Amino acid sequence: MKRMICLSLTAATALGLTACGGGSNPMSSGSGGGGNSSAAAGTLKVGAADFPESQLLAAIYAGALNAKGVKASTGDPIGAREVYLKALNDGSVDVVPEYAYSLLTFYDKSATQKDAQSVATALKAKLPAKLQILNPAQAQDANSVAVTKETATKWNLKTIADLAKQSDKVIFGAPPEFQKREQGLPGLKSAYNLAPKTFRPLKGNALVQALKNGQVNAANIFTTDPSIKSDGFVVLEDPKHVFGSDNVVPLITKAKATPQVQQVLNSVQGKLTTDNLAEMVKQVVVDKKDAGQVATTFLKDNGLA
Amino acid sequence: MITSIWTWLTAPAQWSGAGGIPTRLWEHIWACLLVLVIAAAIAWPLGAWIAHAGRGRWLISVANAARAVPSLGLLFAVAMWMSGMFSGSTLAFTIPPTIVLVILAIPPLLAGAYAGVHEVDPAVRDAARGMGMTGGEVLRKVELPIALPLILSGLRSASLQVIATWTIAAVLSVGGLGRYLIDGLASADYAQMAGGAVLVAVLALLVDGMLALLQRLVVSPGLTGRRRRRARTGIPRATASRPTA
Repeated sequence: MKRMICLSLTAATALGLTACGGGSNPMSSGSGGGGNSSAAAGTLKVGAADFPESQLLAAIYAGALNAKGVKASTGDPIGAREVYLKALNDGSVDVVPEYAYSLLTFYDKSATQKDAQSVATALKAKLPAKLQILNPAQAQDANSVAVTKETATKWNLKTIADLAKQSDKVIFGAPPEFQKREQGLPGLKSAYNLAPKTFRPLKGNALVQALKNGQVNAANIFTTDPSIKSDGFVVLEDPKHVFGSDNVVPLITKAKATPQVQQVLNSVQGKLTTDNLAEMVKQVVVDKKDAGQVATTFLKDNGLA
Repeated sequence: MITSIWTWLTAPAQWSGAGGIPTRLWEHIWACLLVLVIAAAIAWPLGAWIAHAGRGRWLISVANAARAVPSLGLLFAVAMWMSGMFSGSTLAFTIPPTIVLVILAIPPLLAGAYAGVHEVDPAVRDAARGMGMTGGEVLRKVELPIALPLILSGLRSASLQVIATWTIAAVLSVGGLGRYLIDGLASADYAQMAGGAVLVAVLALLVDGMLALLQRLVVSPGLTGRRRRRARTGIPRATASRPTA
């Protein structure tokens, strides 16, 4: 018994110190979790979602901050939005790369704003009091519904509405959280009446492989995903803007957003474009380069480090 | 926390439909049963043969070493390796985790069958041969019944492991109770995760309990020391002589 207590204490301390996990105490909603009060003075903790682009952006943010003398660290990837927002809330992380429209629909399911500027304005109004966003980048990475070229030809698909007509044949692959999100099955159902016959919870490379090998015939893939080019997937048009305009934007807790931090991150934001982001994601995912290396090169090339 | 798990477990929505507990439970049981049948079909004859023939003992060591393979890593490795083999078929989701779990279930089953048969008293084996039994008869009528307790305890530990590990197979888009854990984690629904974990634990305990009962029923009373109870209903003369023995 004593040994057990010892072990769990050690584990709790370790979690509090590294503060990288998915919110150190998932069952306590909100307060107390991350043990941030002691570590607060020093390092800014940059969190990331569990996909390569998010980890890359986190590495870029942390690299830029460190280059300008603000101590910043990255941890292991956390999870989906539902999880890392909790981590932000309890102080396990201080800043995460976000996507403006996805974040807006997370807080406001009925959001109708389309262009980047009004999305950002609406988002500022909807954010919890503790959080703030910095400048949205020009870089966009939207969610999308992608199909293979063969499926697009066979069913004559241009938009998601065309796919909805084949609903009873659609086997849809997406990360598990897609089932419940507004930017997911519920939104696709209400906007296009797309109700897939089967839903397959898959993510990352497994999802790309499943689409490629025909185990699913439609999939939720990011528009910057290199597989769209390399495997010739067709991204279906989204005329009703379920996925909207998803500009990259840092989401930060107000307490940590000092003028210097804001200035550094905003200067990074100014240099991120859809093209250079997609190119960097390709280097990480296809060429298997280290995200930290890719981030450093980007920062050097743009005079940020 | 306990209340939110309880609320989740008792919500009517959880008890019907494609994502409901009965469906998930059924998927879980079915998958585990399939895995155990395949693994037993491989491991039991092999283990019994190795012990009976006294050859190929290195296989036991290899199987035991295989227990050290991390299941999640093996799961992804096999899935990636096989992903191109089943174009357009959902077998691509079910075959890889089934193979991985069969690999995980074989060592305890093999060890149980081997140890059980190996432990049979050589004198008993000789007596059986002396009575004119063939090798096959010795195995079937003498060695296997005596080995049964160890074979079944191998089955118990294998079934526990398979039931527990099929939950992580849910990362590869298969059904079963693991869906509650993986999907709950993705959408930060901790009541669902904890509820799913409780269900897996309950299932594992129930199955272990049932196998323990089976063990009691099928193992020869002569091996378990529960002879006296049966003796009371047995031949009168035997009952009369036993108390003095």
